[in-house]
Amino acid sequence: MHGRKVICMKIRIRFKKHGPVRFIGHLDTMRFIQKLIRRAGIPAAYSEGFSPHQKLSFAQALGVGVESEGEYFDLELNDDLCEELSSGSIIERLNACSVEGIEIKDCVKLPDKAKNAMASVFAADYHVRIRKGHELSFDLKKAVDDFNNAKSAKVVKKTKKTSRDLELKDLVYELKTKEDALFMRLNASSANSVKPGLIMEYLCEKNGCGFDPLSLMITRLDIYDTEMKPLSASGIHF
Amino acid sequence: MRKLALSDEILLSVTHPERYIGNELNSVTKDRDSVRLRFAMCFPDVYEIGMSHLGIQILYSMFNDREDVWCERVYSPWTDLEMIMREKDIPLFALESQDPVKCFDFLGITIQYEMCYSNILQILDLSGIPIWSKDRKEDDPIVIGGGPCTYNSEPIADFFDIIYLGEGETDYDRLFDVYIDNKNNGGTRLSFLEKAAQIPGLYVPSFYEPVYNEDDTFKEMKILNDNAKSVITKNVCLDFDKAPYALKPVIPFIKITQDRVVLEVQRGCIRGCRFCQAGMIYRPVREKSLDVLKMHARAMIESTGHEEISLSSLSTSDYSRISELVKWLVEEYRTKYINISLPSLRIDNFFLDMMERVSDSKKGSLTFAPEAGSQRMRDVINKGITTEDIMSGSGLAFKAGWTKVKLYFMLGLPGETDEDVTAIPDLANDIAMNYFDTVPKEERKGKRVDVNTSTSFFIPKPFTPFQWAAMDTKEEFLRKAHLVKETMEKELNHKSLRYQYHESDLSELEGVFARGDRRLSKVIYDAYMSGCRFDSWSESFKYDIWCEAFEKNGIDRDFYTVRERGADEAFPWDFINVGVTKEFLRREYENSKKGIVTPNCREKCSGCGAMMFGTGVCTAERSSV
Repeated sequence: MHGRKVICMKIRIRFKKHGPVRFIGHLDTMRFIQKLIRRAGIPAAYSEGFSPHQKLSFAQALGVGVESEGEYFDLELNDDLCEELSSGSIIERLNACSVEGIEIKDCVKLPDKAKNAMASVFAADYHVRIRKGHELSFDLKKAVDDFNNAKSAKVVKKTKKTSRDLELKDLVYELKTKEDALFMRLNASSANSVKPGLIMEYLCEKNGCGFDPLSLMITRLDIYDTEMKPLSASGIHF
Repeated sequence: MRKLALSDEILLSVTHPERYIGNELNSVTKDRDSVRLRFAMCFPDVYEIGMSHLGIQILYSMFNDREDVWCERVYSPWTDLEMIMREKDIPLFALESQDPVKCFDFLGITIQYEMCYSNILQILDLSGIPIWSKDRKEDDPIVIGGGPCTYNSEPIADFFDIIYLGEGETDYDRLFDVYIDNKNNGGTRLSFLEKAAQIPGLYVPSFYEPVYNEDDTFKEMKILNDNAKSVITKNVCLDFDKAPYALKPVIPFIKITQDRVVLEVQRGCIRGCRFCQAGMIYRPVREKSLDVLKMHARAMIESTGHEEISLSSLSTSDYSRISELVKWLVEEYRTKYINISLPSLRIDNFFLDMMERVSDSKKGSLTFAPEAGSQRMRDVINKGITTEDIMSGSGLAFKAGWTKVKLYFMLGLPGETDEDVTAIPDLANDIAMNYFDTVPKEERKGKRVDVNTSTSFFIPKPFTPFQWAAMDTKEEFLRKAHLVKETMEKELNHKSLRYQYHESDLSELEGVFARGDRRLSKVIYDAYMSGCRFDSWSESFKYDIWCEAFEKNGIDRDFYTVRERGADEAFPWDFINVGVTKEFLRREYENSKKGIVTPNCREKCSGCGAMMFGTGVCTAERSSV
């Protein structure tokens, strides 16, 4: 639409989502980020065609009600316009136009052949607390030890249409208690991801206790690639 | 970090928790203790509807520009949350501070359509504010109403302490000053209301008592307090270029209908369609200058990050510099990935050229609002659009590649005959025919033409030439809708035609309230108490309960709807002066019966009365159009 094809530079942004904005769903968060990029005047590259859109891709959806220390999106920049930009100035400009609770924490330049954020996702860390008034009726530490010592932990994962058997032992990379809370490192890849709720549901059932999804307060801590490096480690500051 | 009024458990169990958390971009947070007046601005419908409303955005930004005022927003909680709030005794709260509405100085409610009346009661009730103004105590908020329905607010007058008539941009400062002053001097609620009653445009319903004749028609307003004015003149922005505007509108996280920058190019309308209340009550037409509009567009694009900008007014084609404005928008924004959405403009070569430039090759549907099918009926309603206009416009559009047309009509217009009704499908058929006549078969690329017709039922409104007219019964409405349907099925091009019409139960109620009086407030109260709310949402509209409420109070709906009013009948809204006089409206009604067309304000002044404001088109040099 605008003459010659521009060469694009790809950046990866890490942001934090906490406080009341945890109730904003994934699509609405994406729309917020799109408008944020425009307000901040970051020179995004746009797709060709009749309705051009920013070349933007998010690593992974975050559930409604979940907070995060480590959310990611990749953005292609229009090289012609980004000479004076640096990691620092992009972070500063985005934060100046954001709202309370959505904070840009990091910005790196990706190598040309880097996989996009979504394709890179392999695992994620979670911090899971039990909400007041929903105290568990079993010993969490013992339940976690039992899980870690077990050879197998099978669950049925149900979605709207399908249900399939999962072996949690293959998908939970780390599970430990941390004071009253839990730390989980879980598979987060598009094919095999598991969510903290599923693990907690398993622990509850194993211990003869009903599971209430409202009982959990979840924070995603970071997202990792297949080499177990945080997604932001794929690039360099500039 | 702000503390939310609702717990996580509640927010995670209701639909769309985002409606209740605030924190949106450009929302304003102030220190509670550093302001002297707290205003809760309410749109009594669900968040997504309320957030699409321009008026609230303007007032919100204007109020918050005052350092001593903090204006916050309130919307109707959806029924799922309402149940929880009642069960757990949670009072209604404002979004920004999450504080209960009850602790505010003012609760302002914009009243945009009659079918939100039950929601107003829900807001008051959930806030813990007595529903009837007479029951409120010294520390209850002052409940003030504004918006188009206030031009006849009688059916809901007893629920409000003050009604603000006219444009909010003009006189709120004075009201706030008076309030703060009264509070500082230890004045009472009554002493404040007495002072407020003296401010132009402000109506304090409790200072008036309607008196009725023996035949139940309205007689007069008896004034009960010396401070009340006998005639209340609406407030008008005299210098529209200087009127405040929402340059930093609040941007919701949820996607709403109005997900774009809205540029208001003018207020009012020169056309004078006889069914249209907005065309009368917003007179005179006032335009914004190009420079101001450019400044507004730039500021809003910057503050919102929106990817679309659209123009807003009652009739944007009539904005005198529309072509310059659209050209500028195209030049300014086309290379910045900002979409320009053109509202229904008059379809001519200029328009099609602009459409080509702004929307590349995406061709949506074109909209025409002939409002009536026959030319005779269009003359009756003074709709200055002819069959030739529609044919030449649609012909041009078809040649340019459009294949979808939307047509809007009204059924039940005064004096409508069955021939006028069947003229609607006939016109739709002619437009389809026009496609086949203008686009040769080899250029159609296998595409058919789609002509979508929808009809609404005409409801006579106060301050229009049809305020005397009888409204059709709901049976008659449905008979006419069926007649349209049957006739359409027999049209030659019926395969290209589609038709839809609205429910008539809702129209009947809207008709009652539009020209209603204070005796209806008990009906609204009873209907609300029996569970009516969100009446404009078909899934929650409970017609039977409304009928019971009318019966219980011995009120005959037909008295308000199907009765032709006498030429010298007094109306409950006669004491409100909108500029346009009752004499002019009556003259227009007589003209309509004779099919005499009245020229638009730019062609010729017809002496409607709006000249009294001495601004806008009334004082502009007239050019021949």
